[in-house]
Amino acid sequence: MTYRNDPYDPKPAAQLDQSALEDGVTAAEKAFAAAADPDALAAIRHQHLGDRAPVSLARREIGTLPPAAKAEAGKRVNEARRRIETGYQHRLVELERQEAQRVLAQERVDVTLPADRRPRGARHPLTTLMERIEDLFVGMGYEVAEGPEAELEWYSFDALNIGRDHPARTTMDTFYLAAAGTAAGEAGLVLRPHTSPAQVRAMLTRQLPVYLICPGRTYRTDELDATHTPVFHQVEGLVVDRGISMAHLKGTLDQFARAMFGPQATRLRPSYFPFTEPSAEMDLWFPQHRDGPRWVEWGGCGMVNPRVLRACGIDPDEWSGFAFGMGIERTLMFRHGISDMRDMVEGDVRFARGFGMEV
Amino acid sequence: MRVPVSWLREYVDAPTDPAVLEPALVKVGLEVEEITDLAATVTGPLVIGRVSEIEELTGFKKPIRYCWVDVGEDSPRGIICGASNFAAGDLVPVILPGGVLPGGLEVGARSAYGRVSDGMICSARELGIGDDHTGILVLPPETAPPVGADARPAVGLADVVVELAITPDRGYCLSVRGIARELSHSLRVPFRDPAAHDAPGATEEPAYPVRVDDPAGCDRFATRLVHGVDPAAASPAWLQRRLTLAGVRPLGLAVDVTNYLMLELGQPMHAFDVDRLHGPLVVRRAAPGEKLTTLDGVGRSLDPEDMVICDDRGPVSLAAVMGGANSEITSDSRNVLFEAAHWDPVMVARTARRHKLPSEAAKRWERGVDPQLPLVALQRAVELLTRHGGGEPDPRIGDIDTVAAPAPVTIPVDLPARTAGVRYPPERVAELLAEVGCTVSVAGNRLTATPPSWRPDLTEPADLAEEVARLAGYDQIPSELPVAPAGTGLTAGQRRRRTVARALAEAGYVEALCYPFVGPAAWDALGLSADDPRRETVRLANPISQQEPALRTTLLPPLLATLRRNLARIPDGSRDIGLYEVGLVFHPARGGAGATPPRMAVSDRPPPEVLAEAQRFVPGQPWHVAVVAVGDRDPAGWWGPGRPADWADAVEAARTVLAAAGLAPDGDRVAVRPGTYQPWHPGRCAEILVDGAVVGHAGELHPAACGALELPKRTCAMELNLDAVPLPPPVPAPRVSGYPPAMIDVALLVDAGTPAAQVRAALRDGAGELLESVRLFDVYAGAQLGEGRKSLAYTLTFRAGDRTLTTEEAVAARDAAVAEAERRTGAELRGG
Repeated sequence: MTYRNDPYDPKPAAQLDQSALEDGVTAAEKAFAAAADPDALAAIRHQHLGDRAPVSLARREIGTLPPAAKAEAGKRVNEARRRIETGYQHRLVELERQEAQRVLAQERVDVTLPADRRPRGARHPLTTLMERIEDLFVGMGYEVAEGPEAELEWYSFDALNIGRDHPARTTMDTFYLAAAGTAAGEAGLVLRPHTSPAQVRAMLTRQLPVYLICPGRTYRTDELDATHTPVFHQVEGLVVDRGISMAHLKGTLDQFARAMFGPQATRLRPSYFPFTEPSAEMDLWFPQHRDGPRWVEWGGCGMVNPRVLRACGIDPDEWSGFAFGMGIERTLMFRHGISDMRDMVEGDVRFARGFGMEV
Repeated sequence: MRVPVSWLREYVDAPTDPAVLEPALVKVGLEVEEITDLAATVTGPLVIGRVSEIEELTGFKKPIRYCWVDVGEDSPRGIICGASNFAAGDLVPVILPGGVLPGGLEVGARSAYGRVSDGMICSARELGIGDDHTGILVLPPETAPPVGADARPAVGLADVVVELAITPDRGYCLSVRGIARELSHSLRVPFRDPAAHDAPGATEEPAYPVRVDDPAGCDRFATRLVHGVDPAAASPAWLQRRLTLAGVRPLGLAVDVTNYLMLELGQPMHAFDVDRLHGPLVVRRAAPGEKLTTLDGVGRSLDPEDMVICDDRGPVSLAAVMGGANSEITSDSRNVLFEAAHWDPVMVARTARRHKLPSEAAKRWERGVDPQLPLVALQRAVELLTRHGGGEPDPRIGDIDTVAAPAPVTIPVDLPARTAGVRYPPERVAELLAEVGCTVSVAGNRLTATPPSWRPDLTEPADLAEEVARLAGYDQIPSELPVAPAGTGLTAGQRRRRTVARALAEAGYVEALCYPFVGPAAWDALGLSADDPRRETVRLANPISQQEPALRTTLLPPLLATLRRNLARIPDGSRDIGLYEVGLVFHPARGGAGATPPRMAVSDRPPPEVLAEAQRFVPGQPWHVAVVAVGDRDPAGWWGPGRPADWADAVEAARTVLAAAGLAPDGDRVAVRPGTYQPWHPGRCAEILVDGAVVGHAGELHPAACGALELPKRTCAMELNLDAVPLPPPVPAPRVSGYPPAMIDVALLVDAGTPAAQVRAALRDGAGELLESVRLFDVYAGAQLGEGRKSLAYTLTFRAGDRTLTTEEAVAARDAAVAEAERRTGAELRGG
């Protein structure tokens, strides 16, 4: 086609032909679709959008048109170019998506492989349980009292109303410390058979009222077997305040029992301890016990014997208190169905790892 | 205390159903250890049989009988029997094939001595109801029900035996009398007191002369004499059966009577053969050096605190604990002197303990015996002895009685209510105490109770409060939570121990709680020198094992033993174990040899200076923490090989502990330097310091120690004294700058023996405030560096809080750092 009124040098404007533009678009779309990956696509970009691409040549021909035709031709060229560019972009996004998917599929691993590349440690369940008990009582406003394990006899027995000739003293099966120049058992020191000496120390040094628990290690001269160990753990509680009664003792132990074992029937049963009067045993009802439903003894308790208060310089007419003592091993055995004491004693890593960091 | 319920039922209408009996006993504080239904101890057919014909079999080593026994079937059964204490026509208990005797003997039809024995005729011992095995148990001819019926009621197996744990305050419950009384309280049914028995009082002259020289040790001593007893007379079967069921062996009529009455009334007694006594009895303390052979055949040297009963020759009885062999009843004794006394409980407790004689009598005396029982017990003894052994009671009765009346106890009448937290009206309090046996009077709001003679344990107001609460029932006590004042939570030390323990667990170590017992072998295995202070231990007077008689001064021996136990249990190939413990070690106190802590009273608070003096004797007990490890620290797996635990892991464990204790491991206060300390490898032992003081050690164990302890080579360990690590003050917050860092690497050449920590400290100190961190990223030793040299390559990171550093500033700081390292360690900047 020629424009007859071309004042200068009429040139053919074949590329501006609409069908030529359409061909260029179609060819580009076809070529883009055929590109297999972003690199291939990039490699053919210039053929359809580069300087020598049909749309670029067509743009150049616009200059040869008469001014009246330029606008219309420019519009058509731009439209063709926009379509090619859009086609390119769509194909590029599509190919990049495909590529990403291919990489992700390629990077697939077996996530069920063991991931234990770091050694797994554990707390001993007895210490974890003691900490739980501490937290329970600290939450109620109690404090945690401590004392030595190798302890003066006076704190371990005498101050607790267990005189040298008291029948209870022989039943304690106590380890006595030896001292050069003194006869066996005369050194005045023992491995504490209960954590009560820590209570005596607390009563001697703290301001009243006191609300405290004493968790810790205790010792008795039993040989290790399925139900005994010479080294074991206890938590004792002591409250000395005005107007304390056995009802408060029962309420506190009920709360403790619920925290340890869930809602479970409890009972106080009369018993005897030199350091408490009245004294009781706290029993728990175990409907699921392996030998059939029954009451199981949890620990001893009672109202602090006025003689103990006096030995600590506390006036029993003004103050009264309660005390209790539970075995940590026993508590752990009830909670977790442990039947052999040795499992808690021998330090086998398989046992502690079974509990991990919490009980 | 074991007792058949049939015995209790003589004095209280006790239920025989264990489901009713047990809670009734528990309610008043009698702990039930076991309830045994005797009928169930023999299973299968146990029937009454009549011996119809006896054929003596000869030609065997012992006489054997083949008996035809009518057991109510069509024809009699043939049964072999080795006993011969019965005749045709006697009634005997027969267990038929299919039955099982106590102890598990299954009875079947069996062939013996050429015959078939179609069952078994039983002795008392075989039935578990007596000790008699000299012959079979012949039932009285009038026994009903007749032949073929269940024999259990006739032999006493239709009974229930309860075994009770009696608390030390309730001595009176070591008797049928006491238990029956408690059951009457529990069941609210009448009690028939076996001590409510007519007994004549003392006469002008006793039947046998007695003098009490020490009324403090013996405040009552009563005697009765019986003449002309048949020495061959045996205890009746019912009495033997009761003794056996109570766990006491029948020994002969006179002794059985005393034991029977001890069980029934709670009064221990003694029977002397009066013909073996010489001269008057004297009750006194033992003289130094005196000796006595007691009934158990043991010769004993007496202590001047022991009480003895003597005749002209010396001691004839270790009073209240055990009789003497020289005056005991024998199979020839015809004239029996019964003694019923009352002894000082403390004296008896000491004597029993001193001579290691926890006899049934001593157990009761220690816990308190009713001092008003002797005359009743003697009367019952005389009656039982003469009824079953004949003889004539001497009408003269001796009774030296200086017993003090029980002291009245006065309480505010509301004390029981305040103690229990239950509203007991005053009249209820009085009623319950009267039920216990007290004589009660109330004046205004004061109540005075005089305890009964059988309750020596009731001496204080709290004792009366307990009796009221106990009889009213502990099940009446409500459940109320007291409100504590606001607490202060865990102490800093308690929180620190928790954090340390948790940090080590999270680092892959498993907590162990080891026994603290050690012995010298452990120190030798660790290679401690003879004068190592860790050998100075606190020793036990009564250790579990003589090999481990002392308490640990370091956590390592028990922890390493636990490690070894684990290794023995775990298969090869997965023996990668790290353990830790947080626990006390024990160091002897400086109380002084031969000295003991001051004796302190309990009537009031001891004075502070006395408490302080006593405290000097308490061993030092610091908290330690220790870690031990073998095998791979990072396990092998599909990802590749593992990394063995080595000295550096031990040091890192120490740093983990200190970090958990609030001391930043890269801060100024913590330092690590080479050390030499057993049981560590001398070239692989780090001293851990806090504020310049050594608080522990970490590294690889000495090969000799690994060998001696049978542990794998290169076992690693760390131990710190936690109490030596000061509790840190609140941490000042670090300044975190957002300006860009300047990072410069330096490689320093030093002598191979120069500790890296020294170089690092010099760089840090020299670099000044702009230094944010120093990180060692390479250690290199090679031929081109020269013999005995190494290169340490560090990345120094500099940063300012208020500006971007210029290159010049960073380089100047780097140069200062290197200069300081050069000054302190002779380091040369490589390629610099």
